[in-house]
Amino acid sequence: MLLIKCPWCGTRDESEFSYGGEADIARPATPDTLTDAEWADYLFMRKNPRGLHREQWVHAHGCRRWFVLERDTVTYRFSATREPG
Amino acid sequence: MNKQKYSIFALLRNAVSYNENWRQAWRSPEPKKKYDVIIVGGGGHGLATAYYLAREHGIRNVAVLEKGWIGGGNTGRNTTIVRSNYLWTEAALLYEKSLKLWEGLSQELNYNVMFSQRGVYNLGHSLQDMRDIERRVGANRLNGIDAEVVTPGQIKAAIPIINISPKARYPISGASLQRRGGVARHDAVAWGFARAADALGVDIIQQCEVTGLNRQADRVTGVETSRGRITADKIGVVVAGHASVLAAMAGLRFPLESHPLQAYVSEPLKPILDTVVMSNGVHGYISQSDKGELVIGAGVDAYTGYGQRGSFHTIEHAMQAIIELFPLFSRVRMLRQWGGIVDVSPDACPIIGKTPVQGLYFNCGWGTGGFKATPGSGWVFAHTIARDNPHELNAAFGLERFTSGALIDEHGAAAVAH
Ligand SMILES: Cc1cc2nc3c(=O)[nH]c(=O)nc-3n(C[C@H](O)[C@H](O)[C@H](O)COP(=O)(O)OP(=O)(O)OC[C@H]3O[C@@H](n4cnc5c(N)ncnc54)[C@H](O)[C@@H]3O)c2cc1C
Ligand SMILES: [Zn+2]
Repeated sequence: MLLIKCPWCGTRDESEFSYGGEADIARPATPDTLTDAEWADYLFMRKNPRGLHREQWVHAHGCRRWFVLERDTVTYRFSATREPG
Repeated sequence: MNKQKYSIFALLRNAVSYNENWRQAWRSPEPKKKYDVIIVGGGGHGLATAYYLAREHGIRNVAVLEKGWIGGGNTGRNTTIVRSNYLWTEAALLYEKSLKLWEGLSQELNYNVMFSQRGVYNLGHSLQDMRDIERRVGANRLNGIDAEVVTPGQIKAAIPIINISPKARYPISGASLQRRGGVARHDAVAWGFARAADALGVDIIQQCEVTGLNRQADRVTGVETSRGRITADKIGVVVAGHASVLAAMAGLRFPLESHPLQAYVSEPLKPILDTVVMSNGVHGYISQSDKGELVIGAGVDAYTGYGQRGSFHTIEHAMQAIIELFPLFSRVRMLRQWGGIVDVSPDACPIIGKTPVQGLYFNCGWGTGGFKATPGSGWVFAHTIARDNPHELNAAFGLERFTSGALIDEHGAAAVAH
């Protein structure tokens, strides 16, 4: 079980949270001008790195707020946690 | 090259010489400077690819590069369920090709892969589950795949220890049954393909990690490895959970996320469960190994990760599901727990084919359910590499489908990890 630090509530058990995947994926500002390849990249392609990963979590069974974490995907150690935006 | 044939006579002959004269099953050669084809990843899929390249296409100057030991990835960590009852025609035909190869595999490889067609039950727990099951069974039959719908009474008759009480938290409403499905011995699959490929001249090189893919303009030229540079005309990458890492070496982005997936075995019991039971509803799957252990699989951990372990609370979920179906297992003790890293794709189907880089081929995205596909995956991937063109069985599984939108949604048939 991971121990996850919610920026608002502090450190809690992983089972209080839901995982939201890779962070920083912005919906394209001009969808009607996008090529199929650009859509594919936005919808499906992921970094999936072995190492540092910026990712989104939501404190589903707590304050219910989203935040961004940086985690090492091999050691599972969190190195930074911050509010979204 | 190894020409020693395994048979009852070989067993007897070696028994009288105190088993001191068995030869190595495959060589451990030094890597050559150049190969026609390099396969990255010595799991079942990579070894099968090398075998069929040599066997079906006469391409024998082939190396399989494995960073650890062969079969040490998901091949040696899975719960070994084999079946072909997928919903969509593209997927069903691919998995059925594999099942047909399984049926002759021990003879073909002269290696007992202990394929046991003991049947696979996929349980339904609601009216909607049963409608989905009937639809899938109907689709399977149209594709020539054996499939039946069975009632709770029929399930109970076949598996007396299962709980079909309507008072259960998730009562069993019925199941699909594929009698030709079953289990196989995971290590033996890797070893059997390795031995047979080696006998045809394939170099199996363990402890050799690929650290870079070399290319000239838009064509691959070879690999950098922990044992030096090796050149090759064609490179097939079959590294399961590490596919995104290898793709990044070629500057490519793939639609994959790697998740930890766990499994467990119990202390050995006397024979008590002679078939395979899976349930999407309570999310559990179980069979009994020849050693008597209950083999139990979990769901993937929610987060992405390359640590081969997984979260503690997942163990509780997996056990809850099994106790729900088999209350009498509540006092069985678990012996071992481990994790693999599965490469999950958006439509729960594999990605097998060419890439934008000439001579570079990927076979990945099998996620939680690729063991059953080991021979078929190797068979179509060898074809794809040898002809520089996919076989009709894997033509629909290219990377292009994420741009064209022609996804093959197998979340229903593949929802429970297996
Ligand atoms: C717990 C669990 C249960 C499962 N249950 C089932 C089941 O019941 N039925 C089913 O059909 N499927 C199941 N699966 C899925 C199945 O195990 C996989 O889909 C399948 O085994 C993948 O085979 P592979 O040969 O592609 O991968 P692997 O066996 O993982 O082989 C990939 C190899 O690539 C090597 N590698 C990685 N990076 C490099 C590098 N840079 N250089 C060199 N080598 C590298 C790895 O060391 C590894 O040996 C399960 C998986 C898990 C983890
Ligand atoms: Zn919180």
